[in-house]
Amino acid sequence: MTATEIAQITLLSLKVAGLATLISLLIGLPLGTLLALGDFRGRALLLSAVNTGMGLPPVLVGLVVAMLLWRSGPLGNLNLIYTPAAMVIAQVIIAAPVVSGLTAAALQALDPRLRLQLLGLGASPMQMVLALWHEARLPLLAALMAGFGSVISEVGASMMVGGNIRYQTRVLTTAIVLETSRGQFGNALILGALLLGITFLVNYALTRLQQGRRRYG
Amino acid sequence: MGSFLEVKGLRVRRGGRLVLTLDHLTIEKGEILAVVGPNGAGKTTLLLTLAGLLRPEQGSICLEGREDGYGSLDYRRRLALVMQENLLLSRSVFENVALGLRFRHLPKQEVQRRVEEWLERLKIVHLAQRQAGELSGGEARRVALARAFVLEPELLLLDEPFSVLDRPTRQRLQEDLKTILLASGTTTIFTTHSESEVRRLAERKLELGSSARGRKKMQSEI
Repeated sequence: MTATEIAQITLLSLKVAGLATLISLLIGLPLGTLLALGDFRGRALLLSAVNTGMGLPPVLVGLVVAMLLWRSGPLGNLNLIYTPAAMVIAQVIIAAPVVSGLTAAALQALDPRLRLQLLGLGASPMQMVLALWHEARLPLLAALMAGFGSVISEVGASMMVGGNIRYQTRVLTTAIVLETSRGQFGNALILGALLLGITFLVNYALTRLQQGRRRYG
Repeated sequence: MGSFLEVKGLRVRRGGRLVLTLDHLTIEKGEILAVVGPNGAGKTTLLLTLAGLLRPEQGSICLEGREDGYGSLDYRRRLALVMQENLLLSRSVFENVALGLRFRHLPKQEVQRRVEEWLERLKIVHLAQRQAGELSGGEARRVALARAFVLEPELLLLDEPFSVLDRPTRQRLQEDLKTILLASGTTTIFTTHSESEVRRLAERKLELGSSARGRKKMQSEI
């Protein structure tokens, strides 16, 4: 395995996991907010479903997404199976419930009277939500970190819907599985160290952001 | 000319339970009204309803003779509510006081000027850069009041503004609040359990209470 190939695998891992985390944030932040602040029929059921989704086995997600995107499947005409896009879809399904559930928990931990106080100072509903997000920024960043962590480290779904195709859909986790199955433990260890390093660096950056903001309010 | 605020036939439910009935209440511009009554009498509910944050089941609330805007953003921005707890955000004192002005998209210089003015009037200018979490109870209360006064509201709603303070702090703040209210002429409704607060601050008193059966709320004005 060449350095160029390792760099390409690493970059693809970051792209797929980063995009999946971003999309999960775009879904999870509003959904979690709705679950925390909303008062509608079926809220408890939806919250339970999201909480259950936080523990979805990646292989099960991979199976369902593979069946949907399979050439003869209902979404087969999109030709997404064994592409990075398929991997992003599967990872969004894994991470979105994590971000939603932790967002809901973060906002529910705030004093419920704070909403009334903000409205009583003339906040529009959107301004109120933004102020609550700002107030819960520490646990919300933790939700983002958990979402990223759940996808950068998963292997089952990426393997099943991406196919681990060299130079196309091979990411760090699937490459580790392959190198291990070949008995190339040295390569597997290098890839593993890279995966760990990347995860650490991303979380370190987010933690600095989280704790730095905390210090300066 | 009619009253500044007029409430008629108010019935408010919370969690399916009728918690407040109020047949009639008027308040004139610049007046300071105390609302008293035991716990559960509906004092906070009345303030939240007047603030447009709880929708009454029945009744009308007219601000300067107009009922149609009740509960809208424009209506809510004519008043300011200070709840019983300080509920400050984890930001600096300056940013907490500036909050409502930022909601109204006021120019930066105007925000700066008004926040500094009200920090001065509430004697907390030295706390401007302090984090809210580092304040004492009395300091936090002053910040919560400054956050409302800075909006220069037409109607100020204060829910038990001194209940969490020790006696010396409470007395000092009452004096300062009285001075500010008299100087600003802000129409104010505050709730309290304390007769001394009523005597010291209010011009009129509305008493909310429960009947012998503990079900139907009664009211009397003094």
